[in-house]
Amino acid sequence: MGRYVARRLLQMIPVFIGTTLLIFLMVYALPGDPVRGLFGDKATTPSVIRALRHEYGLDKPVLVQYWDFMKGIVLHFDFGKQIASGRPVTEILGEAFPVTLRLASLAFVIEAVIGIVLGVVAGLRAGKAADTVILFFTLLLISVPVFVLGYILQTVFAINLGWLEPSVTDPTDFNQLLLPAIVLASASLAYVARLSRTSVAENLRADYMRTAIAKGLPRRRVVGVHLLRNSLIPVVTFLGTDLGALMGGAIVTEGIFNIHGVGGTIADSITRREGTTLVGLVTILVLVYLVCSLIVDLLYAVLDPRIRYA
Amino acid sequence: MRGAKSAKWVAIAAVVALGATACGGGGDKGGDSKAAIDPNGKFSVEVGEPQNPLQPANTMESNGSIVIKALFSGLVDYDSNGKIVMVNAQSIDTKDNKTFTVKLKPGWKFHDGTPVTANSYVKAWNWAANPEHKQTNSAWFADIQGYDDVAPASGKPKSDTMSGLKVIDDNTFTITLSKPIPYFIYKLGYEVFDPLPESFYKDPAAAGEHPIGNGPYKFVSWQHKQSIEVARFDGYKGPNPAKNGGVIFKNYAKLETAYQDLKSGNLDVMRQVAPRDLPVYKQDLGDRAVDQPYSAIQTIAVAFYTKQWKNINPKVLQGLSMAIDRDTITKTVLQGTREPATGWVAKGVMGYQPNAAGDITKYDPAKAKQLIKEGGGVPGNKISIQYNADGGHKEWVEAVCGSITKATGVQCTGDSKADFQADTNARDAHQVKSLYRSGWVLDYPFISNFIRDLFGSKADGNQGGFSSKEIDDLIAKADSAKTLEESEKLYQQVEKELPKYMPSIPLWYYKVNAGYSEKVTNVKYDQSGDPIVTGVEVKK
Amino acid sequence: MPELTKSADEAVPSATTAAAGAEVSEDKPEKTRSLWGDAWRDLRSNWIFIVSAVLILLLLVMAAWPGLFTNADPNNKDLANHYLQHPNYGHWFQADWLGYDAQGRSVYARAIYGTRASLLVGAGTTVLVVILGGVIGMIAGYFGGWVDAVLSRLTDMFMGIPFLLGAMVMLNSFTDRSIPVVIAALAFLGWTQTARVMRGAVITVKSTDYVQAAKALGAGTGRILFRHVMPNAIAPVIVVATISLGVYIGAEATLSFLGLGLNGVSWGNDISDGGNSIRVAQWIMLYPSIMLSVTVLAFIMLGEAVRNALDPKTR
Repeated sequence: MGRYVARRLLQMIPVFIGTTLLIFLMVYALPGDPVRGLFGDKATTPSVIRALRHEYGLDKPVLVQYWDFMKGIVLHFDFGKQIASGRPVTEILGEAFPVTLRLASLAFVIEAVIGIVLGVVAGLRAGKAADTVILFFTLLLISVPVFVLGYILQTVFAINLGWLEPSVTDPTDFNQLLLPAIVLASASLAYVARLSRTSVAENLRADYMRTAIAKGLPRRRVVGVHLLRNSLIPVVTFLGTDLGALMGGAIVTEGIFNIHGVGGTIADSITRREGTTLVGLVTILVLVYLVCSLIVDLLYAVLDPRIRYA
Repeated sequence: MRGAKSAKWVAIAAVVALGATACGGGGDKGGDSKAAIDPNGKFSVEVGEPQNPLQPANTMESNGSIVIKALFSGLVDYDSNGKIVMVNAQSIDTKDNKTFTVKLKPGWKFHDGTPVTANSYVKAWNWAANPEHKQTNSAWFADIQGYDDVAPASGKPKSDTMSGLKVIDDNTFTITLSKPIPYFIYKLGYEVFDPLPESFYKDPAAAGEHPIGNGPYKFVSWQHKQSIEVARFDGYKGPNPAKNGGVIFKNYAKLETAYQDLKSGNLDVMRQVAPRDLPVYKQDLGDRAVDQPYSAIQTIAVAFYTKQWKNINPKVLQGLSMAIDRDTITKTVLQGTREPATGWVAKGVMGYQPNAAGDITKYDPAKAKQLIKEGGGVPGNKISIQYNADGGHKEWVEAVCGSITKATGVQCTGDSKADFQADTNARDAHQVKSLYRSGWVLDYPFISNFIRDLFGSKADGNQGGFSSKEIDDLIAKADSAKTLEESEKLYQQVEKELPKYMPSIPLWYYKVNAGYSEKVTNVKYDQSGDPIVTGVEVKK
Repeated sequence: MPELTKSADEAVPSATTAAAGAEVSEDKPEKTRSLWGDAWRDLRSNWIFIVSAVLILLLLVMAAWPGLFTNADPNNKDLANHYLQHPNYGHWFQADWLGYDAQGRSVYARAIYGTRASLLVGAGTTVLVVILGGVIGMIAGYFGGWVDAVLSRLTDMFMGIPFLLGAMVMLNSFTDRSIPVVIAALAFLGWTQTARVMRGAVITVKSTDYVQAAKALGAGTGRILFRHVMPNAIAPVIVVATISLGVYIGAEATLSFLGLGLNGVSWGNDISDGGNSIRVAQWIMLYPSIMLSVTVLAFIMLGEAVRNALDPKTR
């Protein structure tokens, strides 16, 4: 097990470098210049532009810039400074990430609980009316794009009915985050439900289930312990990798509901060509993704005794 | 009335872009003035996160400048007609428009208690002009003698002070320009010319996070991406003391959210209503809805360096201009947020004259076709209008294209750049294919800002490569006028000449479409479209 | 875009089971046809498949010959007469049936004409993804060793880029966002799941007797890969591809919503523009949203049906 973890961690290094470099190069290739952008339509001062470009190292070759940037992160946990505001990027990240993390966690809970419940109900009643209704509901959730769903739910539940807050003014208030979290969770919720349904339906016919029932165990115990434990393995895999996806995919939801999180910061950084901020954000998202996929693989071993990592 | 905003460009997030900025003087009737007023009441204003640190010479965009305006006061300001008002200056005298003697009102203090002296100005300007300090607005000092020694276009600086600035005594200093400018005093209203306290130089970065100024409000706190709070400065001696206890600048990512908050009473003053709410805001807000023009204009500029427009007969451009149905477009697609332009100079600017462009801004499809034909037709019979997709321009560009095609048969498409950066980049590199959208918000309310700074052959704002010896000569003549009035008159003559050259196609003037809550009264907007926060009164 | 990784992860378990199914049938080659034959018989009696197939057929006709459904020009603007004109629900299939938008264009005509762009983006991206991901996955799975290690890490790298963010950055650098450009951007970021699924399936197939036999008989690598391995490993890829076709259509619309979509008539653009008029003219946003959702739904239903048919365990 220890050796497996060590190997996985080693494998992460090239992936981490590759992903961040890719993003760095993509941002570098964008037309426009963050320093020139500060001046908008108005007159520029060449000497000030030169001085600013030098301060942020933008006059160096791109690979040197990348190297300096990574060196700063790894050695000093220094993500550089934002060009427009001159504030440290770590501060910007420190503002954005907790907000998005709260939103993503709430969405995660919603998706896991409702998704699994729907999926298990559908799986146990495979082929019956409940199964069909749930199937249709989940397909619908997957098909309606997030931005359409966001507008619909906002209009119906917040503006017309007044049950929930239409937008977020205090990102620490979970009541306000509820609606955006539901929107963000919707598509994942549907996948969780589909996945658990398939898995439960398959396992219902498995030999060990027949054995358990034949032993005369009460139905509740059979379903609650034997069936669920085995059926939820693929669901856990999905959920694990989804947390990162929820955080990186909240751009649209955050926009609709006025949330100052990672999504808005990403959009701003792209339009302002704030390369360091953007790559800093991605660096964290990539780390979250890598750690999550490692944890999922390890969980797999815990849940499924047949899998052993040497 | 505070005014003169300036280099406010409107760019970054769509929010800022849509919420453009604003303007002008006029002012609505601030509602029920009989209600009891709480002189210490605080109120909130919607803004975005300032892009730069809060340093006067480093703030170009509207989110930062509204805060700077509250915290700092300069030598002069303007009223709603574009007339100069003395603020920190007692008098500014000149005999030759080249050397100006500035006398300060005595006894002014910064918020930290230190006195505002002639040196507070001179030192601040020298500091900001120095390229080492990386102030984005430093080009504003270029008129002052010795600027080239401090910030040479290339090579090492020869000096760190401008020879044109001399301190005479604590309350007097002189400014010498490298050549006479009759309207230089107008430029002095821009925040870049604000004074700085001694404490600023110890740690300019920290001062940008926690600014100490000499304005009607003092700084309280800045919670990034949430709010900036300022409180009334009781030691303020200017003509525009705050009539309220303080302002909370609340940060919104979306104007739609701000509007919901305004309706529910969580927000008091908005700067611009989002397009989505425009059709309903007047019903929703009644008397509290604001709808007035401000000093900004939108035009279609011409890339004269392209094959298509090089040596074009101006009649073709006149024809295109007459093919645009400005009335219908401003009423429908633009939802009344603009007012059809009749010239190149925006309202609220000294020197504005109605109908300066004559017939060429009137919609007349038959005449349009005829002019284009007389001028030899549009080369290729096809035009495109470049715009940035993140600025809310798509709708009107498409409508303008539709109008031109319908009236003249000339093919017209929108050339969308993903964002403002990509748009500016293409303009800087002279890669615009045909035409491009251009917007200009006043820097200072004098006519030269809309003529000289846009159409002079070497002007910074002239990105399309327009160049005319005749116009340059006329501008030079206006610039060497003896008095401000004479200069104004000469510039008005230049504007009357422009239809013969068509350096750009004027479209419409911007308007403030905003509103405020029941809690506040006497809410007015200045030439750059920002609410005048000092005048707002909070009801008990 | 979270949906992409989602469908990937969902597809993975079924991919292995489907591959296992393929493997079982490969033991008796004459039954190979019957996997697809069974699937076909299964599909024909599945209402989900029938409904989605009919819908997709209709959409294809719409994309190919939009003129059959409307004689209005989707680009004809008439501000003076049609600005935000209300729908006239009595005028079936007329230009004013579903009202007009803020440029005075027929909403109905634009809903019909938008089909082509969406289907082209969806289909084009899927084809490119299957080719790109399929080849990379097949090479990684078949050769194993360091080739696999390098390609798998490459896959991980691209998977680590948040989809929406990557697409936003890429499309920002193109000013002319035509259909091929959008397809290329989506495929550049989207091929990873197909590669993973293909790799898994190939590994399973590789160890089967008949591949070993072909090797022993001295068949060339190319021949083994394309004659023996690919046909038997393709089933799970097809499942993933059908589902993600719908997802790509949704992705294009989301990017258009963010202002980075196609130039030209597209549902995403219209939905995004319609947002400005939502307080007074809901129909502008409503109808392209319905078209978009139905299209995505049709492809996801098709994928669902095909997966059930190819996966013997759920039968």
